[in-house]
Amino acid sequence: MKANRPIKAIIRKEFSGHFYSLTAYIFIVVFLVAIMFLFFDQFFLIKQTSMRVFFSLVPWFMMFLIPALSMRIWSEEKKYGTDESLLTLPISDLQIVVAKFFGSFLFIGVLLLFSLTLPITLSKIGDLDWGPVIGAYLGAWLLGGAYLSLGQYISALTKNMIVAYLVTIAAAFIFLILGFPFVLQKTGELSAVFYTLSTITHFENMSKGVIDLRDIVYYISFISIFLYLNLYSITRRYWK
Amino acid sequence: MQIRVENLSKKFGDAVVLDDLSFSVSSGEVIGFLGPNGAGKTTTMRIITGFLAPSSGTIKIGDTEIKDDPLSARKKIGYLPENNPLYLDQRVYEYLGYIADAKNIDNKTQEIKKVLEMCGLTERISQPISELSKGYKQRVGLAQALLGNPEILILDEPTSGLDPNQIVEIRNLIKEVGRKKTIILSTHILGEVHSTCSKALIINRGKIVASGTTDELLAQAKGKTFIHTIIIGDKEHVQEKIKAIPSVEGIHEETAKHNGEVAYLIESNDTSDTRKEIFNTCVHSGFTLLEMERKQKSLEDVFAELTK
Repeated sequence: MKANRPIKAIIRKEFSGHFYSLTAYIFIVVFLVAIMFLFFDQFFLIKQTSMRVFFSLVPWFMMFLIPALSMRIWSEEKKYGTDESLLTLPISDLQIVVAKFFGSFLFIGVLLLFSLTLPITLSKIGDLDWGPVIGAYLGAWLLGGAYLSLGQYISALTKNMIVAYLVTIAAAFIFLILGFPFVLQKTGELSAVFYTLSTITHFENMSKGVIDLRDIVYYISFISIFLYLNLYSITRRYWK
Repeated sequence: MQIRVENLSKKFGDAVVLDDLSFSVSSGEVIGFLGPNGAGKTTTMRIITGFLAPSSGTIKIGDTEIKDDPLSARKKIGYLPENNPLYLDQRVYEYLGYIADAKNIDNKTQEIKKVLEMCGLTERISQPISELSKGYKQRVGLAQALLGNPEILILDEPTSGLDPNQIVEIRNLIKEVGRKKTIILSTHILGEVHSTCSKALIINRGKIVASGTTDELLAQAKGKTFIHTIIIGDKEHVQEKIKAIPSVEGIHEETAKHNGEVAYLIESNDTSDTRKEIFNTCVHSGFTLLEMERKQKSLEDVFAELTK
């Protein structure tokens, strides 16, 4: 327990840091209010106790909102020079990168927990199939984690948070549209590669309620690769 | 804990920032890094704290090289980076609590209390750091460096931007903790070196150009002494007679006043105290000596000369 204390301290600081900077509140309000509105807008037309509409919106919301979380992770530290005091603490660079990721990853988890009011409401007024809902929630968390690791890497490359935000959206968008039918249909042999690389295809699989190990491995690999790149980009300061 | 820096070099691309730097600091010493901006002070400190890696050379803390065990080296070091970066949106106790946990300190509350008292921050603990004055922010920076009672303190310009009273307070604090620790601090205030440091290192363009106690530095730069005099007497006659003194190397007229008082700057080569001879010469030649003052080289002169 004692050895984990520094890691826990960073996770706690990253998690609560979102509340200091107000992004947390904006995030919760934008995500919950807007997505609920769009959902119920459709809900009364379709008249089905299904979360399909909700989960089709989630990847898009995450594409715009996760970069707002991730842009701070390193850019802010670099801007104020606090990275120097952080990286000279007796904690390894790898632990710092991983702890920073989990701080924000937990925040995404909490955000998704707040939205659980929706399936609970639906299950009260009708017959909700919990299988796909649970799969989709897990998928959404992992999808958020994937965008987060991407954004965390990008934020380590710049001092400017706005640049980090916009570049992350662009990168996240590319990983998203790779898996769209119109891309997959037109790309021939490459489509299999695109299908595997895209963040959306794996999320769609999971939201069908089938939890396939391949999808989970995909997200874990995606996150690991970008955290590794993040580690590389901060240790590069040694060799500059 | 002794720090030994051997043949340290650092290049950023083609620019050589540190060029074969070697020095050592032992326990109980406060060493002052002096140098113009861009001389390599901050880079040296960043390398010792492990923020940057050297291009070549070794740094040993005690007997272990920091490269071999960077984490345990960092544990022994308390670091106040340049410009004192802090998380401005946190409150003082939150920030120190975070640093204490990140440094993995047992009995956190007591440790924090201790540094708060040392730095005179006890009454400010619940204020957001962004609302503190610059002097208090500096104290928070110092407090986080002191947390965990590290044996080595590395302070990059600890008194920059403080008012004179705060400077004195911080200097006293450094002196006090410096008795038991090894401290490296950088500054470009020369008086600071004199008042807080047991030893000074002057670096310029990545090289050590002088080192030693402030007295030793002054002695190194000796060789010439200037004597200010005001003498009444015939100008040419005065100059001729004074020049005849063996240790005098030159005499320059500075200002002449209407009442016959003339100020001279006499340059002497310090083999003996020239003042006696000047006095005797004046008496024998019938000049009136009104004023005489020996000007010794100040640390500022030494610094300016070495870092030209």
